[in-house]
Amino acid sequence: MRIPCPYCGDRDLHEFVYRGDASPKRPEADAGEAAFGDYVYLRENPAGLLAEHWYHAQGCRNWLMVVRDTRTHAITAARLAREIVR
Amino acid sequence: MRYSIFSLARQALSDHRDWKPAWRDAAPKPAYDVVIVGGGGHGLATAHYLAKIHGITSVAVLEKGWIGGGNAGRNTTIIRSNYGLDGNIPFYEWSMKLWEGLEQDLNYNAMVSQRGVLNLYHSDAQRDAFVRRGNAMRLHGVDAELLDRDAVRKMAPFLNFDHARFPIQGGLLQRRGGTARHDAVVWGYARAASERGVDIIQNCEVTGFQRGADGRIIGVETSRGPIRANKVGISVAGNSSRLAAMAGMRLPIESHVLQAFVSEAIKPLIPGVITFGAGHFYISQSDKGGLVFGGDIDGYNSYAQRGNLPVVEDVCEGGMAVMPMIGRVRLLRSWGGIMDMSMDGSPIIDRTPIPGLYLNAGWCYGGFKATPAAGWCFAHLLATDQPHETATAYRLDRFAAGRVIDEKGQGAQPNLH
Repeated sequence: MRIPCPYCGDRDLHEFVYRGDASPKRPEADAGEAAFGDYVYLRENPAGLLAEHWYHAQGCRNWLMVVRDTRTHAITAARLAREIVR
Repeated sequence: MRYSIFSLARQALSDHRDWKPAWRDAAPKPAYDVVIVGGGGHGLATAHYLAKIHGITSVAVLEKGWIGGGNAGRNTTIIRSNYGLDGNIPFYEWSMKLWEGLEQDLNYNAMVSQRGVLNLYHSDAQRDAFVRRGNAMRLHGVDAELLDRDAVRKMAPFLNFDHARFPIQGGLLQRRGGTARHDAVVWGYARAASERGVDIIQNCEVTGFQRGADGRIIGVETSRGPIRANKVGISVAGNSSRLAAMAGMRLPIESHVLQAFVSEAIKPLIPGVITFGAGHFYISQSDKGGLVFGGDIDGYNSYAQRGNLPVVEDVCEGGMAVMPMIGRVRLLRSWGGIMDMSMDGSPIIDRTPIPGLYLNAGWCYGGFKATPAAGWCFAHLLATDQPHETATAYRLDRFAAGRVIDEKGQGAQPNLH
């Protein structure tokens, strides 16, 4: 698997560190225990397209938001995470 | 037919032409008391114990492919009960006890071989951690022996004792651990369950749940038509989240790919199971002669049943570090299986918030050794609605409640467990 880093181009998987599903959003501080429990522990875990965070640790050290099909490992999009408005 | 020396002799006289299929390939009936989704080791063991221990024989095991074609056929066949936490030790020890009586119970040769599991340690800190784990095991009545360097050298003189960075200082040995033949475990449970009237239905993929007016699960939709059920048990490690999503639930689980490897067959070399403590590498030798080994999961979400090269390299580096002569052996095959990586590295055997729906999931990469006890405890839960006494910690709500069972102390990061 190679990841198309927007800064460095196609780079081998071993240069990257995986953070995981990019969709969970940290709740507001007063959102309550249940909201934080869901945020920390529950995942959609889809078989299909997944937006996820990768860190290019052995390259440009940018955080990426990669869209990848978990059934095939095919990557359809990779952008710098900081360019994505959260 | 009961297997014995006499049945073998009888078949030998007729050139082995009269063997009957070991189990019945059933067609779905309209309704059952219990439907188990997933015809792996866990699902079939659950069906066997439901029929044998609880007398519930109106049971169907639904399998989307063929039985034992998922993780039951992709593991590295190791059995052990060398855990360190209170929530885990009694459960895995119960599993080990069931392994010890499995072949008599099933009348099937599962090739259970208690050849020992040796965890190597390479530093003082790791020795302390292993002493603690060994003591915890012994307090629960599980066998554990701490070996010093000389004792390890006697057992496995071929290891790299003088590695510059990771010299072997000793190991924690569980002599009752070992290996079993994974396919035979599946077939043995299938045969025993089928004999008691359980329907094993292959090529039958569950596509949805039938719900009653009160939300209760009253059956499943499948690729072979609807099937009604009073209770439905999910036992589909790797795909648990997909089944749960059909019922509108999210689980504390991510699916990850774990690779395993086998070498060409060689003469007997490895006395038992040996694990490298300074990386993640474990190895045993099958009765056929192949060296069976593996290491870390790949570390990213995957349903692909195949992995990538960085972990292949990492596993082989681990092997070369602890056992340099492995470099002379050629790799025969490698493959991947999809693991239910839970948020604390421990499994779930529990009711779900939806009445009638039960869950056996989250086995990470430790599901094979748990097969008998997972089946036993899931059957107990399905039959009595109460958790079995050895599985009371495996609750679905333990995450929200803060009672996680985190053997490795990694926190809610599934790819690190």
